[in-house]
Parts: sequence; structure tokens; C-alpha cells
Amino acid sequence: MEDGKTIKEIEEEVVGEFSLFDSWDDKYEYIIDLGKKLAPLADEYKKDENRVRGCQSTVWLIADEKEGNIFFKAESDAVIVKGLISLLIRVLSGHKTDEIINAKLEFIQRIGMTTHLAQTRSNGLLAMVKQMKNYALAYKLKNSTTV
Amino acid sequence: MRDAMIRNGFDVYAIREQFPVLDREVKGRRLVYLDNAATSQKPQSVIDALINYYSGYNANIHRGIHTLAEEATADFEKARDAVQLFVNAQTREQIIFTRGTTESINLVAYSWGRQKINAGDEIIISGMEHHSNIVPWQILCEEKKAKLKVVPVSNEGELLMDELEKLLTSRTKLVSIAHVSNALGTVNPVKQIIDKAHQAGAVVLVDGAQSTVHLDIDVQEMGCDFFAFSAHKLYGPTGVGILYGKKHLLESMPVFQGGGEMIKEVTFEKTTYNDLPYKFEAGTPNIADTIALRAAIDFMNKVGKEKAREHEHELLYYATEQLQRVPGLKIIGRAKEKTSLISFVVDNTHPQDIGILLDNQGIAVRTGHHCAQPLMRRFGIPGTVRASFAVYNTKEEIDELLAGLQKAVKMLV
Ligand SMILES: Cc1ncc(COP(=O)(O)O)c(C=O)c1O
Repeated sequence: MEDGKTIKEIEEEVVGEFSLFDSWDDKYEYIIDLGKKLAPLADEYKKDENRVRGCQSTVWLIADEKEGNIFFKAESDAVIVKGLISLLIRVLSGHKTDEIINAKLEFIQRIGMTTHLAQTRSNGLLAMVKQMKNYALAYKLKNSTTV
Repeated sequence: MRDAMIRNGFDVYAIREQFPVLDREVKGRRLVYLDNAATSQKPQSVIDALINYYSGYNANIHRGIHTLAEEATADFEKARDAVQLFVNAQTREQIIFTRGTTESINLVAYSWGRQKINAGDEIIISGMEHHSNIVPWQILCEEKKAKLKVVPVSNEGELLMDELEKLLTSRTKLVSIAHVSNALGTVNPVKQIIDKAHQAGAVVLVDGAQSTVHLDIDVQEMGCDFFAFSAHKLYGPTGVGILYGKKHLLESMPVFQGGGEMIKEVTFEKTTYNDLPYKFEAGTPNIADTIALRAAIDFMNKVGKEKAREHEHELLYYATEQLQRVPGLKIIGRAKEKTSLISFVVDNTHPQDIGILLDNQGIAVRTGHHCAQPLMRRFGIPGTVRASFAVYNTKEEIDELLAGLQKAVKMLV
């Protein structure tokens, strides 16, 4: 999480960074670099129940809650997907459940990733977003029932 | 190079001009379409056949006595004649139109299978089958308590024929096998398989989805009992498949779906079914696309399968040689006999990453498991990148693939 910033503000930041790239190669070089740098997920989490369905590559995603904030960790065997996850984590991780659930995530489109990823693969990206929001929703429900 | 691809009356550039989509741009580059094993592009003549039907004589067939219905019926049935000739079936009645290879195989599993397969019987498939030639048999075996056996695949991607012989028993009722593997390009020795299976008293279905566009198909010479394929892989429209069957088998089989067209007479007490092929064609068929299939067959006949094959093989050899220059690239499937398709993996990269980076350079390939997950497991890989070539592809396009790959690998590794 980037301290004190809203999801919207981080999205703007990402969009700003991507606006510096003027070719697809630069953009993807950056995403690949993010993917390579994403901290690996411990093997104990790489199990079926943490898998995100709907991606051509294998993606694992876990979520944790601390004082009402949700933190995500994820990994994939494909590096571009990993780079995209890394961006999603940067934008969504560490925020309140409601903010995550309501996030519009327009940055994905604004950095050109929906147009550059073909339908099946962007479904993978959407599947990840959906899964992250589902985690947030699950924690929200859990908290509201234990109160 | 350009001259090398024009000879013996075969001019790849003239052929390309017949395919309007090949002119389009993807990501600012001219499209390089190398996903032909998934579906081929369509020549103008096929597109025209669709337009002419809808704008000239759209009508339901076999029923109306008006002019449009008669014209539509005549063209629909001409398509059947064209298919009969194309695969050299004995009679036109043995050509049944379906939605695709998948439906053709399901038709046999449902109709023939439910009648003939009993508890303890055995069905043999191979380790390189498409899911369409696995799942229908799994469903049938589960329902009937029958056993599904699998012929293993060698490291080169060829069927282990000795193993097939060991699997064949007096309980083997069916052998269902791909003529050509969609994931590896391997051409299987179907004639040999059919002979062995017939000696054991089994019926043989050949999945011709990948072979029909490349190889000469003569179902009589081959001796198969059923042959299934899809129009969309042979420059024809989507939504049309073909099932060929031996006449005595088709005649003895119960109907697949009930409805219009497949009946002779319906009372609420009893329905008598129509003759072949109509007993298997319930409801209004895919008239337009079936009519346009004939244009696709005409296109292939005009080019000539042998010339097309020669060209495609030249592309295969050239690509096989060129792709070796990519560091860490490993070709999956090195059968002695292959169609024009290369499946590969690159060390330390995921097929999906390569697919994305190629797409950004306007190059369309297929990545993933190619609906053959058991085969991918056999090779211990999550999937491959697959480049598959058609009659309109060129060596220049393979050069672009090579350059695109080199760039992708440099970015990824
Ligand atoms: C070998 C093989 N069998 C079956 C099929 C299924 O064909 P369709 O999707 O046209 O029914 C395919 C298509 O990819 C194939 O390659």
C-alpha cells in the first residue's frame, strides 16, 4: 500500500507513469519487469482453492485482513500476468473493503491494457479483479456478522 | 523469395488476394495469421455464397414448393454431393450435416454408442486426442460401465502402435482416433490402425478435423467406419460439420434428436423416421453455411490439394529450420509425418507471454493446451505456442514470426 493514498489516487499515479511510454514495447518491458520483481508466494499457498479460474496461465491469489484493511498477495507462472497482478495489488492492497468493492479500476483501460490483451486473456485480468473484490466482500460480510 | 513461392501454377500471392481479412492491420502491422488449425480464414467466394444466399434465395428447405425453397434445397443438397465427392463416400446418403466435428462425434457416441456399448466393453482412444474426442466417450463409458483405454504417445509425438495392439481385445468395441493431432501436427497411421481394429472386431471413428484440409481423404480406401470433420477448418464457414458413416451402421443406428425433417409420419402414438441422411438432421439445418461449404470445397479443388500440401510443407520445413535460431526453443512433436503445424515451448517463458507479445506485433498464434490437456500433461508442460500454416501463408510471414519471437524472448528472458 502507498500510505494514505486512495485507490483513485494510486490509479492516477499508475496512469501518469504509463503515459511516459510511447511504444508498446516500453510498456510491456515495464510490466514484465514488475512481474519479475513481484515477491513470490510461499508454496503452501499455491493450492487449488487459491487459484483464480478463467486465466490461461495459473494464478494464485490470497487475501488477508488487518484492522479493516485487506492485503493481497498473488503469483502466476506467466510473467506478464504477474506484472498486471503487481499493478492490481499496488492499486487495491491495503484499502478498506468498501473502497475495494467500489473501485472502478479505470486505469486498466487508460493504460491500454484492455485493448492490448485479447478477449480471453483480459478475461483472466477481469477474473483476478473479480476475485479480489470477492475477497473484500467476504471480509466485509464476515465483519458485519461477527459484530 | 517471392519467386520461390510461385511455381507450377501455384501463386500464393494470387491466393492471398482471395482472402479479404489478410489485408487488415493488427496493432498497426499487417496481420500475420498463423492460427489456421483453430480456424482458417475464408475466401471471397465463400463470403459471396453466404451473401448470395441471404440476398437471393433464403428459404427453408425440403418443405416449400415455392421457387426460393426449391433453389435453396437444390443448393443445400448440392453441398452434400460436393462433400460426398470430396471424401469419396459411396453414396450421398452417408453424408450427414452436423454443427461440427464435436457434434458429429457426439452423434455417434449418443446413437451408436448407447445402442452398442455394454458394461465391460472397451473403447480405445489415443493420448493425443482433442477433448471433443475424449469427453463424449468418457460420458458414454461412465453411463454404460464400459472402459476407456488410451494408446500412449512417444517422446516424438507419435502413437506407440505396439501398445495399441496390446490394448485391443475381444471386448474392444470402438477405436476413436485423430487422423492428425491438433496440438502436435502428427499424422497418425489410420489405415494401419483401422486394419488392426477391424481384425479385433472393433468399429473405427476417425476424427478428421485437422486432416481434411491437408490430406487427400478417401473414406473407402481408408476403410474407417465413421469420419468426422468441420467446415470451418477448410476455408468454409463455422457451424457446419460432417459425419460420414458406413451405410449399414448409419441405417441400424437410432435417431439422435427428434423434431422436424427427420420424420416420415408423426401421430401421437408413433413416429416413423425418415431415411438417411435426414433421420439424423432434425430441425432446420444451417442452410446458408452448408451452401457456402461447397464454395470452400470448390476453392480447395481449384488450388489443388497436392499443390497446397507442397506449399504448406515447404513452409513447415522452412519454419522448423528457422525457429531453431530462437534460443531455448524446443519443438513439441517431431513426428516423421506431420502437417504444417509447429508447437513449441521456449525455456523460462510461458506460452501465454509469448502469445501476448506476438499479438502486439500483429502475429496471431495459438497458446495454451489446445483442448488436449492430457497430452500437455504427458509432455509435462502447461501448454505450447502453436503456429499453424495454411495455403495462403508465406515465407515472409515466417520471417516475421521469427523476428517477433526473437524480440519476445529477448523481452521475457
Ligand atoms: C483434432 C480435433 N478434433 C475435434 C475438434 C473440434 O472441432 P469443432 O470445434 O469444429 O467441433 C478440433 C478443433 O479444434 C480438433 O482439432
